[in-house]
Amino acid sequence: MGRKILLEKTDIENIHTYNVYRKEGGYSAVEKALKKMTPDEVVEEVKKSGLRGRGGAGFPAGMKWSFIAKPEGVPRYLLCNADESEPGTFKDRFLMEKIPHLLIEGMILSSYALGCNTSYIYIRGEYMWILRILEKALAEARQHGWLGKNILNSGYNLEIYVSPGAGAYICGEETALIESLEGKRGNPRMKPPFPAVKGLWQSPTVVNNVETLSSVVSIVNIGGDEYAKIGLGKSTGTKLISACGNIRKPGVYEIELGLSVEEFLYSDEYCGGINDGKRLKACIPGGSSVPVLPHYLVTKTAKGEQRLMTYESLSDGGFATGSMLGSGGFIVFDEDQCIVRNTWNFSRFYHHESCGQCSPCREGTGWMDKVLHRIEYGKGNMRDIDLLVSISKNIEGNTICPLGDAAAWPVASAIRHFREEFEWHISEPVKCLEKNYGLVKEPILEV
Amino acid sequence: MPKVTIDGITIEVEEGTTIMNAARKVGGEIVPPAMCYYSKLNKSGGKCRTCLVEVTKGSEKDPRPMPKLVASCSTTVMDGMEVSNKTSQKVLDARKGVVEFLLINHPLDCPVCDQAGECDLQNLSYEHGTEGTRFEEKKRVFDKIDIGKYIQLHMTRCIMCYRCVYTADQITNERVHGVLKRGDASEIGTYIEKAIDNDFCGNVIDVCPVGALTDKTFRFKSRVWFLNPMDAHRNCDKCCGKAVVWMFGDEIYRVTGRKDQYAEVEEFICNTCRFETKDLAKWTIEGPRQISRESVISQGHYVTHLSKIENKNKEKIE
Repeated sequence: MGRKILLEKTDIENIHTYNVYRKEGGYSAVEKALKKMTPDEVVEEVKKSGLRGRGGAGFPAGMKWSFIAKPEGVPRYLLCNADESEPGTFKDRFLMEKIPHLLIEGMILSSYALGCNTSYIYIRGEYMWILRILEKALAEARQHGWLGKNILNSGYNLEIYVSPGAGAYICGEETALIESLEGKRGNPRMKPPFPAVKGLWQSPTVVNNVETLSSVVSIVNIGGDEYAKIGLGKSTGTKLISACGNIRKPGVYEIELGLSVEEFLYSDEYCGGINDGKRLKACIPGGSSVPVLPHYLVTKTAKGEQRLMTYESLSDGGFATGSMLGSGGFIVFDEDQCIVRNTWNFSRFYHHESCGQCSPCREGTGWMDKVLHRIEYGKGNMRDIDLLVSISKNIEGNTICPLGDAAAWPVASAIRHFREEFEWHISEPVKCLEKNYGLVKEPILEV
Repeated sequence: MPKVTIDGITIEVEEGTTIMNAARKVGGEIVPPAMCYYSKLNKSGGKCRTCLVEVTKGSEKDPRPMPKLVASCSTTVMDGMEVSNKTSQKVLDARKGVVEFLLINHPLDCPVCDQAGECDLQNLSYEHGTEGTRFEEKKRVFDKIDIGKYIQLHMTRCIMCYRCVYTADQITNERVHGVLKRGDASEIGTYIEKAIDNDFCGNVIDVCPVGALTDKTFRFKSRVWFLNPMDAHRNCDKCCGKAVVWMFGDEIYRVTGRKDQYAEVEEFICNTCRFETKDLAKWTIEGPRQISRESVISQGHYVTHLSKIENKNKEKIE
């Protein structure tokens, strides 16, 4: 049984209410921090813990915090990114729904560390019921003196507000989130200036994921050094993985980073193996925007080492034979799934969600969607495959925000690993509508 | 003051200058093309990605190259920065890609477009585009909307540079149009059809790099290269009154701002000058306008030849 930190108490009845949460030791980290620690000490603990951003990029949280500019007389803001809209990712939803006070506690600690007096939770518009859960929890916390003026007589003031988006994937990008929170169209901003210098209302701002902020609670409780011992190497702590697809037990699991992919995928404690005794075809380990891995690269890296659930091991081999941990949306495909159809589905999503600000992403995502749609419905042409590769190359790296990359990677990786399936789709335009290709052959590696 | 090297040419510029403006200071071949950046409009730029350049050396302090290509119009120079524009194959490839993206949904109706001959997208694709297309899909189309009696909006030609939005924000006292929807469905429009009507709204026509916003009073009247552009001015109580009148014989066909450098107007003019003053008697003609030899408008325009002859005569006299 792996160690649980975030989901440790989610099974307790009524843990979403303040009284139960407090009885189970909740808010003790706030007491500890506000009474015994200075803000800089909290930052130091988070730095020591090696906690990495759980939103997808995996940037060290402590480092991000230390970048924040601290000019005199200018307010600073902490924003919680709860705009979880990546296909395949649903971990934050589970966390906020089950144990909202954990996020609030984490936000109080983080705001204290950063010296923010106003913080916002930006939640996606589709999570309206969670917004109500959070509002209720915030009201309870305020009532019991954890929010408001002079918290615990420490002289520290904090208000947390929840603000819903209107349902746009792009608003999960931090500068687009800031724009949207300011009441504007959710277009990503040009960087630099980075949010740490000029963010919300031109003030220094830190944007963190729900899970990152929630992890701060245990870091303060057990100490940064102790937290750093959990996990493996530079991937410290635990991570929520939302597993879905053709597995026996889909759901949100908390794993200690460093668990092997094989164990996560096949053990009964976690995913429980592939559904209906079928064979594994492919796996996307970190949400729709990371490269897809074919069956022979899921549990083993190209070098033949065991693949582990860590930031490093999953990206082993670069984009040629690796992927990314991303936001932890673990999507599994069995042998009866069609990769072309899935790639098209993702492309359609990015086409729909592109903000339309910069040309490569606006035009490129739509183009890829149309070409993939044609291939899927048996109207493709052999040169379309190279065309797709070329489009994805032209988008990648040339856009304002990472959405362009996120749209390009799944297509590029699917063609890299499943080219024969694409070719089969094109050469068998009738058959491909009736049945699926099955597994791709493992290439013989040159030694 | 920071020193920056662009394509091997070193120049010293003021703190906070962008790579684009540093390159423009040098001028010539090394200036990256710009479809959305407009030096007269605050915050413009960064969107079209045609001005992407490669930074091969970040600065004197931090010599690491930048991992991605950067938009030269929104990246400020650092001391000791080295930039490759035309000398970098990566940049040329990326630019080719961007031009292709800009053109796939563009209707390519230049033969019936009023902008043809003075269109930035035409110039850009002539320079960086390919002759064929790989796009076999249906092009995107939009419903027509009416935005008033002076300005014609052709959304299909739009490349989403946002210039007209910034113009309305910064030049006029009220903005009634903006960007609606998202992705490749995003369009310029007035939410629930409204007319754009204020004294300076005509400037959106001048800033538009393509034929998405054109002058209704000039629609289908003539091709621009059949007209003679003349610098002219008049006393106007609303604006500077300095404009270019485009004449055919004694008749003024249209009035625009003076686009002197990089197709950017020097001073914005008001709607009265632009749309309502087409009587030659109301203008004081300063003389023929300088038109670059590269431009199609210079065909049949005598000023370049004339000035050459003048110069030769001068030399002879001297």
